[in-house]
Amino acid sequence: MNKVNMTIDGIQLYVPENYTILEAAKEAGISIPTLCFLKDVNEIGCCRMCIVEVEGAKAMPAACVHPVSEGMVVRTHTPRVMEARKVNLDLILSNHNARCQTCSRSMMDCELQALANKLMIEDVVFEGESAKLPLDIGTSIVRDPNKCILCRRCISACKKIQSVGVIDIVGRGFDAHVGSPFGIRLEETPCVNCGQCINYCPVGALKEKDDTAKVWDALYDPDRVVIVQTAPAVRVALGEDFNMPIGEPVTGKMVTALRMLGFDQVFDTDTGADLTIMEEGTELIDRIRGGGRLPMITSCSPGWIKFCEHNYPEYLDNLSTCKSPHQMFGAILKTYYAEKNGIDPEKIFVVSVMPCTAKKFEAARPEMSVNGLADVDAVITTRELASMIYDVGIDFPKLGDSQFDDPFGSATGAGVIFGATGGVMEAALRTVADILTGQSLDNFEYEDIRGLEGIKITTVEVADLKLRAAVAHGLGNARKIMDAVRAGEHFDFIEIMACPGGCVNGGGQPLQLSEVRSWKDVRAERAKGVYREDMKSFIRKSYKNPAIKKLYKEYLGMAGGSRSHELLHTHYKARDNYGKSPLPE
Amino acid sequence: MTRTSAEIQKIRERVHEDLMIRLDPKAKPTPEGGRMHIMVCCGTGCTSSGSMKIIEGLEERISGAGLASEVKVVKTGCFGLCAQGPILMIYPDHIMYTLVSPEDVDEIFESHVVKGEPVKRLLAGEEDAEEISNAMESVDFFSRQMRVALRNCGAIDPENIDEYIARDGYRALEKCISEMDPEEVVDLIKASNLRGRGGAGFPTGVKWSFAAAQQSHEKYVCCNADEGDPGAFMDRSVLEGDPHSVIEAMAIAGYAIGSGQGYIYVRAEYPIAVERLSIAIEQAYEYGLLGHDILGKGFDFDLELRLGAGAFVCGEETALMTSVEGKRGEPRPRPPFPAVSGLFQKPTILNNVETYANIPMIVLRGADWFNSIGTEKSKGTKVFAVGGKIKNTGLVEIPMGTTLREIIYDIGGGIPDGKEFKAAQTGGPSGGCIPASKLDTPIDFDNLLELGSMMGSGGLIVMDEDTCMVDLAKFFLEFTVDESCGKCPPCRIGTKRMLEIVTRITEGKGQPDDLEKLETLARNIKAAALCGLGQTAPNPVLSTMRYFRDEYMAHVIDKKCPAGVCKSMLQFIIYADACKSCGICKKNCPTNAITGDKKTGVPYAIDQDKCVKCGVCMEKCPFKAILKNA
Repeated sequence: MNKVNMTIDGIQLYVPENYTILEAAKEAGISIPTLCFLKDVNEIGCCRMCIVEVEGAKAMPAACVHPVSEGMVVRTHTPRVMEARKVNLDLILSNHNARCQTCSRSMMDCELQALANKLMIEDVVFEGESAKLPLDIGTSIVRDPNKCILCRRCISACKKIQSVGVIDIVGRGFDAHVGSPFGIRLEETPCVNCGQCINYCPVGALKEKDDTAKVWDALYDPDRVVIVQTAPAVRVALGEDFNMPIGEPVTGKMVTALRMLGFDQVFDTDTGADLTIMEEGTELIDRIRGGGRLPMITSCSPGWIKFCEHNYPEYLDNLSTCKSPHQMFGAILKTYYAEKNGIDPEKIFVVSVMPCTAKKFEAARPEMSVNGLADVDAVITTRELASMIYDVGIDFPKLGDSQFDDPFGSATGAGVIFGATGGVMEAALRTVADILTGQSLDNFEYEDIRGLEGIKITTVEVADLKLRAAVAHGLGNARKIMDAVRAGEHFDFIEIMACPGGCVNGGGQPLQLSEVRSWKDVRAERAKGVYREDMKSFIRKSYKNPAIKKLYKEYLGMAGGSRSHELLHTHYKARDNYGKSPLPE
Repeated sequence: MTRTSAEIQKIRERVHEDLMIRLDPKAKPTPEGGRMHIMVCCGTGCTSSGSMKIIEGLEERISGAGLASEVKVVKTGCFGLCAQGPILMIYPDHIMYTLVSPEDVDEIFESHVVKGEPVKRLLAGEEDAEEISNAMESVDFFSRQMRVALRNCGAIDPENIDEYIARDGYRALEKCISEMDPEEVVDLIKASNLRGRGGAGFPTGVKWSFAAAQQSHEKYVCCNADEGDPGAFMDRSVLEGDPHSVIEAMAIAGYAIGSGQGYIYVRAEYPIAVERLSIAIEQAYEYGLLGHDILGKGFDFDLELRLGAGAFVCGEETALMTSVEGKRGEPRPRPPFPAVSGLFQKPTILNNVETYANIPMIVLRGADWFNSIGTEKSKGTKVFAVGGKIKNTGLVEIPMGTTLREIIYDIGGGIPDGKEFKAAQTGGPSGGCIPASKLDTPIDFDNLLELGSMMGSGGLIVMDEDTCMVDLAKFFLEFTVDESCGKCPPCRIGTKRMLEIVTRITEGKGQPDDLEKLETLARNIKAAALCGLGQTAPNPVLSTMRYFRDEYMAHVIDKKCPAGVCKSMLQFIIYADACKSCGICKKNCPTNAITGDKKTGVPYAIDQDKCVKCGVCMEKCPFKAILKNA
C-alpha cells in the first residue's frame, strides 16, 4: 500500500493512501466525533458530525469518508469546525424526542446523549417543529421514529448486511423518515425480526418489544412455577451491560441473579441444544441414508427460518424439522418434566432468556405448542434480563457463582458452542461422527467451520460418508449460499444463522457503541468466550449428556421417534412479500 | 439508413439552399423550399398559448388555396420573447408577429401570405411600429443579444435533422472524429475557457481532461437537463428548439474522453423537450450520427434518455447519477469525483444543456473566437430566463460582461407601470439578490459571487418596489425546504429552522435575536451541508439581509412590512374623507369584514379581525378611499 504525508492539527503523519481522515486522526490520537459512521457498515458521511477543515477546500468534508491525500492539511478543531458541529448537533437534538428519562438507551447506550455531553451542548437553541409519527410496535421490534436521527445505520444493516431491506428513507426534506414500503408496519413486511437494526441504532429509535412486565407478573404469581432457561450466547455478553469486558463468561453470576429475581428453576438451554443435536443429527443421518431432501439446513435461527419462508419457500422441505433448542426444551418442561415432578403443566411458565429478538416471534408461532400450551411463555433478551437485574438493585459484578438446576444442569460443550457461527454444525458433527463410527472419536474440533469468514465450506469424512457442508452467518451470506444451492451447487448440510457471527451477535445482545464496534470485533470477542466455556466443559458431545440419555430412556424412546416428532419437531410455511406470494407462478 | 460523410454534406448543401430565404431576403426560392417560410414558435410557452391551433389553421388555409408547395409552415423553437407569444416569423420578409391568436390566422393568410401585405397590428416591437422588417435587427430585445447557445432556436424545425445539418449541424462532430485526436478536442475546449453553465462555472475542458485521463473501458457522458430553478427555462428551450446541438456535443464529449455511452437526464415535466429529444435521437441513429461506427470513422456512441421525476436535488451531479442508476436521487460526498467514479462507479462527465449547446460552435469557430466574447474570466455568452416585474419576460442570450442594467432596461424593456427597480434575483434558490446600486456591474461568474449571488443556471427575476425582501427570502427557503432530500441534518433541519424564523418575522412575531440566529444557521449550513443544495440554500436569506437589513429590522422591531406584502402586518383602512359610502367595498368583501350604511349614516369601516387582507376592497373602490397601511 502506498503511503502519503499529511498533517492533522499540526501533527505530521505518514499513512496508507486508502485511509480516511478519521482513520488517520485516530492514528494521531485524535478522536473526531461521529454519529452515522459505523466502519464497514455505514460509511456515507450523512450526519456531518465529523466535519473538519481541509486546507484549500471551501466546504467542510466529513472525515469518515474523505480520503487522505499527499500534502493534505487537516484541522479538526478550529472555531469554524467547532461551531458547525455544535449547530449541527443542536439541530439534530431539536428534532429528537428527548424524553431521555424514560428512554431505554439513556443510562449508557445513547450515542447522541454522549455526543451532546462531549460537545457541551448546554441548551437547544434552534427549537422548532419536531416529528410526530406513530410508534411501530411489533412482536419482536419496536420503532420510535420520533427518536430517530436518520443516521441510516439500521438501513445499512438491514439492506447491506442482511439483504432483507424492509426499511429505507421515505419522504424527503424535513419529512424524511425511516419507514417501510407503502407505509405499512414493519411486522407486515418480510422483516425477519433479527434485530440487527437495533444493535446499530445509536439512539432509542429501535428496541426490542419489552416483555419483562409479563415475566414480573408470572414471578409475583404464587400459583405459577416459573422456569427460566438461558441461551448459550447470553452468558458471554450479559456482563457487558454491567461494564464487564466484552465476551467475558458470567454463567455463575447469571444463575445467581436469576435465582435472586425469583425464578423457581434455572435451567440451561444448552440442554435443549444437546437435545436438538440428537434429533437433528439423527435426521441428517436418516436423510443421507434414506435418500431424503438434501442439503439439510439447520433450523435453530428463527430469523433465518422466516427469511427462508419469504425468500426461498421452495427449500422449506430442506429445513430440519427440529424446533430450536429453547422451544424443544420448553416442550419437554411442559410434558416430561411436569409429569415427573407432578406439576400441572398449565401452571408452568417458561421464560427464555435469549440473545435474540426473533425468538419472541418464534415463541408466538402457533406451531410452537404442545397440547394447546405454548412451549415458551415469554422470551426476553439479554438486555431485558440486564434491565431486570438493575431494576431490583442487584450488584451483578459482585455476585458469586451458582450452578444450573438439575436434572438439566449438566449440558455439554457442544450445547454452548451453538452460540457462535459454525457451532451447531460442529456440535452435530461431534455426535454424528461418533454414531456413524461407533466409537468416541478424540478428534472432534472442527476448526474449518469456526471463525468469522462469511461463508465457510468444508468436506467432512466420517465413516463411509463424505459430507459437503457449508456454514453461513448473516442473511446476506445466507442469500449467497442459497442462491448457489438454487443454481445447483451440491451440499449435504448447511448451517445458517441470521445474525453475523451467530447468536453471540444477536439482536438482543448488550449494545456496544459505534466507537467500540467500529474498531473492535465484538463477535470475535464473544465467540472466544463461547469456545472457552466449551473447553471447560466436562462433557463435550451432546449424546453423552446424562440428562439427555435419561430423557430418551424414560420418555422419548428413540431420537426421531414418534414422541419426539410430536413434541420436538415442527413445520414451516411460505410467507408472502408485500401481499405477493413468494412461490413461483 | 446510415449516411456517409459525403451524403451528409449533400443534404447540407441542398437544404441550405432551401433555407436561404430565411437568411437573405433576396434569395431565390427553391422548388423544395418554396417561396415563403412561416416559422411558428412551438416552445412550451407558445404551445400553451395556442400555437398548434395557429399551425393547423395556417396549413388548412394554405393547402386549401393550393399553396402547400410554395408556402411552408415550420414548427420551430423558442424565440425568447415569451411574454409576447405566440410568435410568428415570416421569411423572406423578416416580419415578426407577436401575441398572435388562432383568430388572426385568416387575416395573416389573406393579407400577408396572399397579398404580401404585413398585418401591422401584430407587428413585433413598439406598439406604434409602422413597419418592421427584420425584427432580429430592429427590435431592441433581439438586436442587443448574441445568440450562440440559442443559435438555432426559432431558426430551424427541431424535428427535422436536415435543417440542423443545413446549419452546419454535425460538422463539428465530423471534424473531431476525422481530423482531431481526442486530446486535441479536450485541449480545444480547455483553451476556449468555457465554464459550466449549470451553476458553479467549473471549467468544462478541465472536467473533460480529468475523465479522459482515467484508464477505464467504461466511461459515461451525461447531460444535466434537470433544470430545476424556479423560473429558469433556457435548457428546456434549447432541447425544444435545437435538440441536435446537445446530441452532437455529447458525441464529441464521448470521443474526447473515450466514452461510448451517454445519458440525458431530463425532467418528465418537460414533455415537449422529451418528445423532440426522442425524435432527434432516433433521426441521428437513422443517419448513423449515433450508434456504431459513426460516419465510418470507427467511433461508437450510444445515447439514451432518462426521465427525472422532478426533484430539484437531482440537478446535483452525484444525486443525478444515483437517480440514473435507478436509485433514490440523493447526493453523496465527493471525492470520489464523478470524473473518477461517477455513474455506475465509472469515470463520468456531466455537463449542462447550455454548456453542450456551445460545444459545436467552439469546435467550428475555434477557441480564439470564443475567447473574444465575454469578460476576462468568463468567456462566451450566457442565456438568462428573465422574469418577474419586467416588460419583456423571456429568454435572452447576452455576452458575459453585459450589465444588469442593459438586460433589464434595454433588452427587457424596463419595469412595467413606471415602478422602481428594487432588486434582481439570480441563481434561483441557490443565488441571491442584486440591489439597484449594483445595476451596472458587468455580469459574469465571479462578479455575481462577489455580490453574494451566483450565476446558477441563469434564472433572473426582477423585483420592483412592491416586493418584500423578507417575503422573497421566505419564498426561496420554502422551495429548498421542500426540495431538500433530507440526507444531512444541516439541510434537513437547518433550512426548516431558518424558514420557521423567517416565517415568524413575516408574521410580525420576530424576536430581536432572530437575525443573529438566521446568520448563525446560514453560516453553519453553508459550511456543513453535504451537497451544493444545502451549501447554497441560505444564500437568498444572506443576500437579502446583506442589502436589505433595514427591511428585516422593520419587520422585527417595528412590526411593519415596508413593501406592504406581509399580510399579518398589513391593514386596509377606509379613509372617511374620501369615502362616498357607495357600499361597493362591502358588497365585494369575501369575509363580510366591512360594516357601514349610507342610509343610517354609519360610516364604512373594516373589522381588522375579520379581514383576510385580500385587497379586493381597495381594488374595487372607485374613489381610492381604501389604502394599505403597512
